[in-house]
Amino acid sequence: MTPDFPQNSASPPNAALSPPTVRVRLRINGNEQTAELDTRTTLLDALREHLHLTGTKKGCDHGQCGACTVLVNGRRINSCLTLAVMHEGDEIVTIEGVGAPGALHPLQAAFIEHDGFQCGYCTAGQICSAMGMLTEAKAGWPSHATADVAAPSIALTEAEIRERMSGNICRCAAYPNIVAAIRVVAKGARG
Amino acid sequence: MKAFTYERAMDADAAIAAVTRGGARFISGGTNLLDLMKLEIERPAHLVDISRLPLRDIEDLPDGGIRIGAQAANSDTAADMRIRSRYRVLAEALLAGASGQLRNKASVGGNLLQRTRCPYFYDPLYGCNKRAPGTGCSAIGGINRIHAILGASDACIAVHPSDMAVAMVALEARIELLGSGGATRVVPIGDFHRLPGDTPEIETVLRADEMITGVVLPAPPPGRQMYRKVRDRASYEFALVSVAAIVAAEQGKITSARIAFGGVAHKPWRSLEAEGALVGRPATMATYRAAAELAMKDAAGRGHNDFKIDLARRTLCRTLAQAAQEG
Repeated sequence: MTPDFPQNSASPPNAALSPPTVRVRLRINGNEQTAELDTRTTLLDALREHLHLTGTKKGCDHGQCGACTVLVNGRRINSCLTLAVMHEGDEIVTIEGVGAPGALHPLQAAFIEHDGFQCGYCTAGQICSAMGMLTEAKAGWPSHATADVAAPSIALTEAEIRERMSGNICRCAAYPNIVAAIRVVAKGARG
Repeated sequence: MKAFTYERAMDADAAIAAVTRGGARFISGGTNLLDLMKLEIERPAHLVDISRLPLRDIEDLPDGGIRIGAQAANSDTAADMRIRSRYRVLAEALLAGASGQLRNKASVGGNLLQRTRCPYFYDPLYGCNKRAPGTGCSAIGGINRIHAILGASDACIAVHPSDMAVAMVALEARIELLGSGGATRVVPIGDFHRLPGDTPEIETVLRADEMITGVVLPAPPPGRQMYRKVRDRASYEFALVSVAAIVAAEQGKITSARIAFGGVAHKPWRSLEAEGALVGRPATMATYRAAAELAMKDAAGRGHNDFKIDLARRTLCRTLAQAAQEG
């Protein structure tokens, strides 16, 4: 909790004509940005429609497909199912902050190397999700595919990767290649 | 989505004062509430953000139990080594639910309050007594493959979607609540969720001015803990039937048992009948089958979901057999 945030930052509910708005300060890919937003604005819509960071994709808009996955304070979440106003001061990383042409993140390079996409619409979400997932695995978090949830560390087998990435749908069904790309990076990170 | 005003609560008492305003709701992870707000099934006029309240800790209790703060993420709870080693059934249930992204956002308190995924509840074109009291239950006589086989009423046959809560029922969790003026009370989880009766829109005993502050798990009962979930997909899908079992056996005889089912009723379903049929009996398939028969003795299908009765029996038997083998 940062004390300089106003306790009640939304405008009063008197506005029959204009909906309540709120000034939101977000840290995105290391840059601080502010925007005056309708309180209803999801983090996803704030990124795409207000801050023009269109790398993050809107698939289902209901938390079912994972295309909108971003990292908030290092953790992967669905940006469609959270309000921008709830993320004041949080550290947000989108695909624009992950890598760039000529300076690809190892996951981006591996997705190209292993042909981990066809149309590419889910890819930003897949990569952000895989980044969060690798951090979780490194911290020893178990999954539904882990035989003994109390084991202190886990091996990222194909079954583990598939289970941990099940929140990211690929309509082109590039799954075998997505798993292969993530496995290569996971092994590299391990060594 | 309907317009709403927003405030971030800085302490629990202020949050409770704020939520007593007309049309106000708490928001924490928001993964269920925002989904329903987009569909205008939920239409709060004011949101009180409680996600930054200092209620995230998981702490050991002197009596061997553990307290999980209501704002603890599902993922942090499932990753906590004390939960994984002493309350394995809870870690397994949490990991069987939703996706990595959703578990990172969803809170333990919010998970208890999540609403049914009955498709008629989600579709305003159909009558639904839970969404719009008095408009009937479209699942009765409709497509009801995922619906309740126990404790349903003529007003509603929806099921509670949580995996976490099923494990907590087997663990006899206690829900800690804070109300106006600092009043606190503790509700056993078995009494927290309601059966639909004539008022399926009222899903828990939580009062309008109350907040869930934590969940206390008593010291774990003896025996092997296991959560088994049966669903249409291998991952990222709600349960058709699930079983939380905690079973201890000595010299081939069952000495204690806790059994709860998910996906079968409007609330996580404890089966004292099954437990009674297990304790003192040999740990054999004949015993498990007898317990499964008793657990489903009052079960009733509505057509498409008839298969769930047999599925629940078989899931219980399989879970008990595996628990005995590994125990």
